[in-house]
Amino acid sequence: MIRTSGLTKYYGVHPAIRGLTFEAAPREILGFLGPNGAGKTTTMRILAGFMPPTAGRATVAGFDVVDQSLEVRRRVGYLPETVPLYPDLTVTEYLTYMGSLRRVPDLDRRVEEVVEEVALVERSESYVGNLSKGLRQRVGLAQALLHKPQVLILDEPTIGLDPAQIIEVRRLIQELGKERTVMLSTHILSEAQALCDRVLIINKGVIVAEDTPANLQAQLAGAEQLILRIGSHDAALIEALARLPGVARVTAQPGGEELRVETSPGHDVRARLARTVVEKGFDLLELRPAGVSLEAVFLQLTQDAAGEGDD
Amino acid sequence: MRNAWIIARREFRHYFVSPIAYAVALFLFVVLGILFYVNVSFGVQTGEITPDGRIVMGPMVTLLLLTVPFLTMRLIAEEAGSGTIELLLTAPVRDGELVLGKWLGAMGFMTLLLALTWIYPVILHRMTTPGIDQGVLLAAYLGVLLMVSAIVGVGVMVSAFFRNSLAAGFVTLALILILWVIGGLASGSSGASEVVRYLSFGDHLFDNLFQGVVDLGDVLYFVSLTVLSLFVGSQIVESRRWR
Repeated sequence: MIRTSGLTKYYGVHPAIRGLTFEAAPREILGFLGPNGAGKTTTMRILAGFMPPTAGRATVAGFDVVDQSLEVRRRVGYLPETVPLYPDLTVTEYLTYMGSLRRVPDLDRRVEEVVEEVALVERSESYVGNLSKGLRQRVGLAQALLHKPQVLILDEPTIGLDPAQIIEVRRLIQELGKERTVMLSTHILSEAQALCDRVLIINKGVIVAEDTPANLQAQLAGAEQLILRIGSHDAALIEALARLPGVARVTAQPGGEELRVETSPGHDVRARLARTVVEKGFDLLELRPAGVSLEAVFLQLTQDAAGEGDD
Repeated sequence: MRNAWIIARREFRHYFVSPIAYAVALFLFVVLGILFYVNVSFGVQTGEITPDGRIVMGPMVTLLLLTVPFLTMRLIAEEAGSGTIELLLTAPVRDGELVLGKWLGAMGFMTLLLALTWIYPVILHRMTTPGIDQGVLLAAYLGVLLMVSAIVGVGVMVSAFFRNSLAAGFVTLALILILWVIGGLASGSSGASEVVRYLSFGDHLFDNLFQGVVDLGDVLYFVSLTVLSLFVGSQIVESRRWR
């Protein structure tokens, strides 16, 4: 449904994205994960027909985003990162305006439907300028759904929402993903984990990983991580621990009390770690396994890429 | 084309909730009213000024030159500044339709304002016998409408270039004033002077239309200026995407 090859965009001399190649299948929820400034918004703007790429190609629903931009725009519902709305219009007026530009049939009824879908019925006659950020986000979402698009592109759809609203919007996205292709960006890992069939991790404009959330987690699962809580530790201890066979890396955690120990796959180093700490005259207060989360994968991947990609 | 109408309708309505539109309308009518009163009570009654539509239209042209840029400045610049342009440009709307819609909306509002100024010639007509020359009046109004169309065109074009409304307003004003005074630079009858004079607003307006002469060349001048501005404007909108 979405297909890109070698998608590249430069702002002046600064590359925002470089050679992105990926696909999204029909009825797939594709997560686009990356730190701020990684190129998520740029990619989504290109796919929504807002701006053309500098190089590379992208098609949405079989139409080229540059040569058949209007066809693409007819089929895409787009929620920008900050939802820009006209403060002088009411919710209903705004949706009617956007809907008429999109030739939505039976517009009045459709606006009512969508307003209900995003739970804005009580505020439908409020001026957009008077709405809170969360409510505006929902108006933006309503606008993206209005024409029942085949493809939904949602840039940080839950940003600025309170926890109850986040749950609500996630449920809505999951519902929508049953019938259409959804591409959403987020820097919240649990969101990608909860919502997406597949995740693309992007950093500094390049894709650093692409897989299902479960597989990405599995990539790191071989290497177990342990947390050691020691009353007070010093550099010599860290060095001694790092030299132990089976230990890949030891890092001091913020806060000063805890050390994070990454182990090589297939080694159980717990006994050795405990003995070393005690032998060196330190108090071992706790030794526990750290769960491998997508967060760890993400941090590792984006840090690695940051090391290589500095220019 | 339908999209242009939808955008035009929205812009037209926006003027009625826009403080600057009311401020401009107030300014226009107050100053026009004062000048009208002064002209009528001193000039016409002492016989120094011929009572015809031009005693309204003359000052009106100057006032429009100064005020229309501030009615067109926000048309696209505000959308770019606030980001609402992102949703317009990702809707299935052609860049040309967007620009045309903006122009139409502003023209609708300006036509309404001009229609309201009709009250002054009507008063003048009733005050004088045998009344004022309706032919000259109509030609002058046509001229003003054509001029406003060109100013609004330039305004939309400049507004497409900026993210800041006020910047767009002042640059439009500068361009309009240049087009206004440029004729004065051309003295003599060399080829260059002819061209420069042709480019100027003034000659087209005052030499013919304000004398009651509707010359196709003058009409064409204002129409081409409008069309050219809108064309360049839509190119600027498109180029925004590439930036």
